[in-house]
Amino acid sequence: MTVDLREILISLAYIVASVLFILGIKRMGKTETATGGNLMSCIAMILAVVATFCKKTVAATWTTDWIMNGYLWCAIAIIAGGVIGIIWAKKVQMTGMPQLVALLNGFGGLASLLVAVSQGWNINHKLEAGNMVTNISVVLTVIIGAITFTGSVIAWAKLDGKISSKAVIFKGRFVISALLLIIAIAGSVLFAIDPEGLVGLIGLLAATAASLILGVAVVIPIGGGDMPVIISLLNALSGLAGAMAGFIISNTVLIVAGCLVGTSGIVLSLVMCKAMNRSIKNLLFSGFGASAAKAKGSGEHIEPKSISVDSAYMVLEAARSVVIIPGYGMAVAQAQHSVKELVNKLEANGAEVVFAIHPVAGRMPGHMNVLLAEADISYDQLKTMEEVNPLMPTFDVAMVIGANDVVNPAASSDQSSPIYGMPIINADQARNVFVLKRGAGRGFSGIENELFIRNNTSMIYGDAKATLTALAKEFNAD
Amino acid sequence: MNLSDLMQLLFIFVISAFLGVELIGKVPSLLHTPLMSGTNAISGITIVAAIEICAVQDTGTVGMILSFLALIFATINVVGGYMVTNRMLKMFKKKDKEAK
Repeated sequence: MTVDLREILISLAYIVASVLFILGIKRMGKTETATGGNLMSCIAMILAVVATFCKKTVAATWTTDWIMNGYLWCAIAIIAGGVIGIIWAKKVQMTGMPQLVALLNGFGGLASLLVAVSQGWNINHKLEAGNMVTNISVVLTVIIGAITFTGSVIAWAKLDGKISSKAVIFKGRFVISALLLIIAIAGSVLFAIDPEGLVGLIGLLAATAASLILGVAVVIPIGGGDMPVIISLLNALSGLAGAMAGFIISNTVLIVAGCLVGTSGIVLSLVMCKAMNRSIKNLLFSGFGASAAKAKGSGEHIEPKSISVDSAYMVLEAARSVVIIPGYGMAVAQAQHSVKELVNKLEANGAEVVFAIHPVAGRMPGHMNVLLAEADISYDQLKTMEEVNPLMPTFDVAMVIGANDVVNPAASSDQSSPIYGMPIINADQARNVFVLKRGAGRGFSGIENELFIRNNTSMIYGDAKATLTALAKEFNAD
Repeated sequence: MNLSDLMQLLFIFVISAFLGVELIGKVPSLLHTPLMSGTNAISGITIVAAIEICAVQDTGTVGMILSFLALIFATINVVGGYMVTNRMLKMFKKKDKEAK
């Protein structure tokens, strides 16, 4: 056995990188260590990249003929991508975070897809001698990468308001999806059998096209409120695509990192599903709109009572403990800074203020926490549903800001409700409930919220940001 | 790649999957968004594959153009992902509450 020091050092670098990724993710589980954890995984990435540049195959491309120099082209691509990445990361507003994560995620999938197609296309330049294992890795990367890419782009467009965030349900979507999957598999088989011939190439391209369309077909029927689950799922897929690309070039660090991301996304999806009392299957294969339509118009309609900012202030002024329950509406109204203003006043007035955050509030897991952290709210005030619910009857005021379904008592009492069984924040058990809402419309699921017509509930209609600022001003007037 | 190589890689894949479940299950919901965007950056690890492939192919071939694009997108994913995660995490502060 000849010892190749260079290859050994590169393998060692990959091992160190894998360990740093693992430790980095572990550290991201605690607020105190999370920033360091992220830095650690960033160092791991740089280490993996540098090690790859040292590979013999890559180093062999160094020539004085600049146009043929592999390093030159890689440098151009990395600088171009890096500049775009930096600009986006600096520019994005915290309310736009779900969109950015969706888009970046799509790019990860696209990169894996391109790597696989490039490998499948340019058979003469394969790093590995083409065999069945490599071929299957190529087609799996193509299918997963393509679904991740178009699925994420659709999710981004929905979140960004480029297209309607409503669940678009079309007839025969299962048939279409099934057909697309069959085409993708058939194309993959053709490629695996004849990777170097024209038939195989056509098969590969057909599989790519079918998977791209499949990504659209799968995400289009998902409504805005289900986005936390679908984003987690797409995140998992982008990791899996990376891991599959690792099988193509037999690279261990790709497999470890990709697989960690894959499982992380799946675990988060399951957490989100549990918080909505739905299975992933149910979410993917039955649009929410279908069941909600039936519930509409059931029962007599009672007009909720609404109060003015002045009278709400009277109650808040006397309140000793306040729980704030934010929802997607707070993000839409960009009201997080006004919330902080009011919290400051309430605390100065001697009240204790906490936030109760439902796992699926907002459009991605943990969305509300990030917005409130941006507004400088101390994270020990951000409580989970499980922490707050037992204490709910002790709160003088529960203030619901732009949330709807996650506080709907029908979820625990009305078996015919489409959200029956979903764990909710029991806002109705607080002594007084204020609901800040833009208008008298329904929530995402389109169902009546009986919280609004409870005796202890008062609606404060209007833009949440304006209402909160007005409430904070009332405290000044004293 | 021969079968024993594949088995080794599969071994790594399966072990990593179990490790991932153990790691992620412990992360509180407070940090789910940074976790997701951080792992999203990690999924840009495909940048390594893009480099390996982009470098070794002849300039101007279809394969080279595709891998060149792959490298751009992977870099956006990695750089954007890490930076935005860092930005978010810096915002999570615990204020020293003055004794009440």
